[in-house]
Amino acid sequence: MEQHQAALKHLFKQEFTKMVAVISKLYGLQHIEIAEDIVTETFLVATETWEHKGIPLNPAAWLYTVAKQKTLQHFRRNKTYTEKVIPRLNLDQEEHEEMAELNFSYRNIKDSQLQMLFAVCTPLIASEAQIGLALRILCGFGIDEIAEAFLSNKETINKRLFRAKEKLRNERIQLELPPEGEISRRLDNVLHIVYLLFSEGYYSKTQNEILRKDFCIEALRLGLMLTEYDKTNLPKTNALIALMCFHASRFNARQIGEEAPVLYEQQDVTLWDQELIHQGIHFLNLSAQGNEITSYHLEARIAYWHSLKQDTREKWENILQLYNQLLLINYSPMVALNRTYALYKANGQHAALIEAEKLKLEHNHFYYLLLGELYKTIDEAKAKSNYENAKALAKTQTERQGIQKKIDQLG
Amino acid sequence: MNKNQANEFVFLFRQPALNLSPEGQGELQKKWMDWVGSIAAQGKLASNGIHLAAEGSVLKAGGVVTDGPFVEIREILGGFIVVKADTMDDAITLAHGCPGIDVGGSVEIRTAFA
Repeated sequence: MEQHQAALKHLFKQEFTKMVAVISKLYGLQHIEIAEDIVTETFLVATETWEHKGIPLNPAAWLYTVAKQKTLQHFRRNKTYTEKVIPRLNLDQEEHEEMAELNFSYRNIKDSQLQMLFAVCTPLIASEAQIGLALRILCGFGIDEIAEAFLSNKETINKRLFRAKEKLRNERIQLELPPEGEISRRLDNVLHIVYLLFSEGYYSKTQNEILRKDFCIEALRLGLMLTEYDKTNLPKTNALIALMCFHASRFNARQIGEEAPVLYEQQDVTLWDQELIHQGIHFLNLSAQGNEITSYHLEARIAYWHSLKQDTREKWENILQLYNQLLLINYSPMVALNRTYALYKANGQHAALIEAEKLKLEHNHFYYLLLGELYKTIDEAKAKSNYENAKALAKTQTERQGIQKKIDQLG
Repeated sequence: MNKNQANEFVFLFRQPALNLSPEGQGELQKKWMDWVGSIAAQGKLASNGIHLAAEGSVLKAGGVVTDGPFVEIREILGGFIVVKADTMDDAITLAHGCPGIDVGGSVEIRTAFA
């Protein structure tokens, strides 16, 4: 029974995004909430009916039929259809009965979903609300699941989603692809949101591992969706997919039960998902075209080198050069610290110490952790004082314990 | 860049024409990457600038055009970057370690006006 429930949940989640996209495509994005309601109602009918009669052979087709009826009923009943939708569709009364039927063909589902992806990822919505909207509309997650991931509550998430949808309406966002000349630029925003979705799963603080993995899988699915169209199947799209594959390959190795994330150095290599690493390499090769080098390209190549467990000079030299390049287009304190760590692995403590002292990231506990690590074999007293600084700045108990362990090991 | 932040300085790189093996060239290139990477890691790189080819042309009065490469010139302008620093002294400190200096070149440091 539980398995049965899980299968239904999966089906509904998948079909939710498709049906909302198709209904919104026909009736306009301003009616997206109605589309959501119709789909939810359809699922209710399905659950009740299937409980007695069993699941039909083609459950998706069954859902589409019911959704069609419900949609027509709804819009007729509410006059929205005759007063607002038909004029917009530019059809006369006779024509619309025929034309204005939901089209659940494979092609139309795919097109509508892609257009929805661009609509939700419009730069006009603040990104926090955007991720919520993407999780709901593009991935089909429930409000409760989204709330759990953000360590928030349903009410807050609902409010956020409501504001985001209001924005879609007010800005008159249409379900359509951007003009051809703008696709590459608009795609940047789409890729950014897809990566945020992935990171939300990968780094989320929630303990719910299944949910976190689902986020990552959904982000990958959206990325792959973009590769199905020539105009969005750009090198940077493939670079992002490669990056997500490499990261995802370490998903199982990062978590051991309820413990804190396991650091790269201590990971069990046998837990790395080799299939995902191969996929990563495949997409990394596809990304190596054209003139544009994005941060996804560089991060994916860094992740590729990290997927080789052997510590060679070549590996760290390559990682160092990639971080050098990444800093030129995308500075962040974390990238600066990682670059200095790569310098240490490639050129040794002394060279790295000179560089590390210049960073002066004095509010960052990772900075002092790095300094502690670099001083470890050179000057134990300095190593200790840096670790102490790191401990004072660390944000969680688990981190403080980990740092204390390092201090104890100094002897 | 944010006007409220540190001042900006331009580093102009000059370097004699070098006759390096491909390996030597790669090695020098790597040193440049590490050096610029170090400035970027400190959050002090405002722009990676523009890098110039060794060949080119010079137009002088009377429509006289001379072609490069300018091997006769002791130091060829190779490009520039823009850095963020509080003072000229800080900018000079940043310029230390530039790999061009080790191969007989120089860094000219100039205040940039917005």
